[in-house]
Amino acid sequence: MNVTLDKTRSDLARSDMIEFQDVHKYYGDYHALRGITATIKEGEFFSLLGPSGCGKTTLLRTIAGFEGISSGAVMIDGKNMARVPANARPTNMVFQSYAIFPHLSVEQNVGFGLRRDPRTSAQKTAAVAEALEMVGLKGFGGRAAHALSGGQRQRVALARALILKPKVLLLDEPLSALDKKMREQMQIELIRLQRQVGITFILVTHDQEEALVMSDRIAVMFEGEIAQLADPETLYRRPNSRKVADFIGTMNFLPARILSETGDVVEVEAQGFGAVTLTAEQCTASGNDSAGAMVGFRPETLTILFDGQTGTDRETMGVVTEVVYYGDMTYYDVRLDGTDMPMRLSMRNVFGRPVLDLGMRTRVAWAPGALVLFR
Amino acid sequence: MKQGPGLRIYAIVYLVFLYAPILLLPMFAFNNSRVIAFPLSGFSTQWFVAMWEDEQLFRALRNSMIISSSTAIFATTLGIFAARATTRYRFPAKGGLIALIMLPLVLPEMIVAMSLLVVLLWIGIPLSIWTIILGHILLCTPFAVAILSSAFQSLDKSLEEAAYDLGEGPISTFRLIILPLVMPGIISSLLICFTISLDEFIVAYFLGGTDTPLSAYIYGQFRFPARVPAMLALGTILVMVSILLLSIAEYFRRRGLARTGAKDTGGFL
Repeated sequence: MNVTLDKTRSDLARSDMIEFQDVHKYYGDYHALRGITATIKEGEFFSLLGPSGCGKTTLLRTIAGFEGISSGAVMIDGKNMARVPANARPTNMVFQSYAIFPHLSVEQNVGFGLRRDPRTSAQKTAAVAEALEMVGLKGFGGRAAHALSGGQRQRVALARALILKPKVLLLDEPLSALDKKMREQMQIELIRLQRQVGITFILVTHDQEEALVMSDRIAVMFEGEIAQLADPETLYRRPNSRKVADFIGTMNFLPARILSETGDVVEVEAQGFGAVTLTAEQCTASGNDSAGAMVGFRPETLTILFDGQTGTDRETMGVVTEVVYYGDMTYYDVRLDGTDMPMRLSMRNVFGRPVLDLGMRTRVAWAPGALVLFR
Repeated sequence: MKQGPGLRIYAIVYLVFLYAPILLLPMFAFNNSRVIAFPLSGFSTQWFVAMWEDEQLFRALRNSMIISSSTAIFATTLGIFAARATTRYRFPAKGGLIALIMLPLVLPEMIVAMSLLVVLLWIGIPLSIWTIILGHILLCTPFAVAILSSAFQSLDKSLEEAAYDLGEGPISTFRLIILPLVMPGIISSLLICFTISLDEFIVAYFLGGTDTPLSAYIYGQFRFPARVPAMLALGTILVMVSILLLSIAEYFRRRGLARTGAKDTGGFL
């Protein structure tokens, strides 16, 4: 998947739409949300990403009003939601199961929220038709809801939620029930839709790729806490702990020893790489990883040098221990000289260039700037 | 899988034993003799005419209709409350309470009838069709709870949340979403409770007083050999009505499952 999308909208003019102030949630003795403090901007595509049981869905449901909180505050558009019930909040939700009313037609489903709307029935019919067209279901209004495919149900759920023009649209793992191809298509459509309507989208997902593709910003959650909140690129390039790094894509780790730290410069002795000079920006906050210092790097930041190639980066040698061919890419496991564990490398395949074999020795180029120090 | 003839014979004998007596009912109802014995002597509809002209029978039928309809409505209403509570909410001693509600299902009806009679006489409530209704509600509610629980259970909780999310309150959500989706279960419960109440004899006999319902009336008529063929005619009609009602109930139960897209986990038929 390789999608480039314009994420350059100005953040300056946006006001805060959702604000979590030290939100705690207990289920009996179980501490489901452990002090969530975060702000989501108006018009932002925001994702809550984490493994199952991390509290991301619970957090989403506190916005919708389906879940009360034990302490703290949830603010929507500057208003405390403590005493506002779910049916009076300016939010609408797309449920994981879509929750399409099975006894109603597509039209009746989409128009359900307009029941108390003062508009005339002709205007409502027009609004329903417009909403259906927006999600690509023009002409489906008369269909029975239970006769729809998964992707169509998803679109009906979207139209039904968006017709009320909420300030915030909540999406609870909306793509998890779709097959891969449909999912990728819906990801792009959701981004397009969000730009078109311009309202805040909050997505819950356990799929890191989905979060990276769709979001302006992502909150990575573990065990009821936000581990890191950042834009996708920062999250990928500068994860703030090994746990986040492991959850988002693949990251290789090598043991390291901190030699010296003066101002903005950190000198590190890393296994396989030797002495490296890193900037403070490349280092996580001290104490985030208790297991000891490690340098980490993404598979694509190391490059295999083929015969005659010279890189501007630094070089080392290694032995190929595994080759996984993907067509456009090849993944190599390479054990670098001076290390015990093979590292995962990814190379874009070039036509006419051979794929390396198992057991071959090869030159590897690496850049100190691509390393992250976890400590 | 190859299997011997033993099981097949067993199944056939079982079914014959179960249904042959019911087949005898219409046979003798259309027989033109007042003696209930083979050989059949000839075709006749005189017993249906005799039945039709029996005023007491119609009074009993009217009593039964009042009893069965009231029982069906009350038991189903109670069943809706119980099924909703047990499928959606958690509360202390839930398991025990459900067991207590379901207990009359396995309790001998004789015990229920006797104890109710003792209590009613002690309180001083005169026996009437209303005391029969009371007893029948007790017997029918477990069936209503069982049928309705399965209807409420197959309801996706997020449907309710979606209705709230779209601006509805609890009452309109119940009316617009929950009720239409469990309606097949409700109809099925009404019909089954009606049928059970119509057939029931022991409680009706014990708590009936002077207002005899159909079941007790039929039992009373069997003392007079001359009245027996007319009762067989009545029985023939009742069997057909019972089969019809249960079929309708099962149809609605299955349609309810199909609507909500749930899997069939077995019903009464």
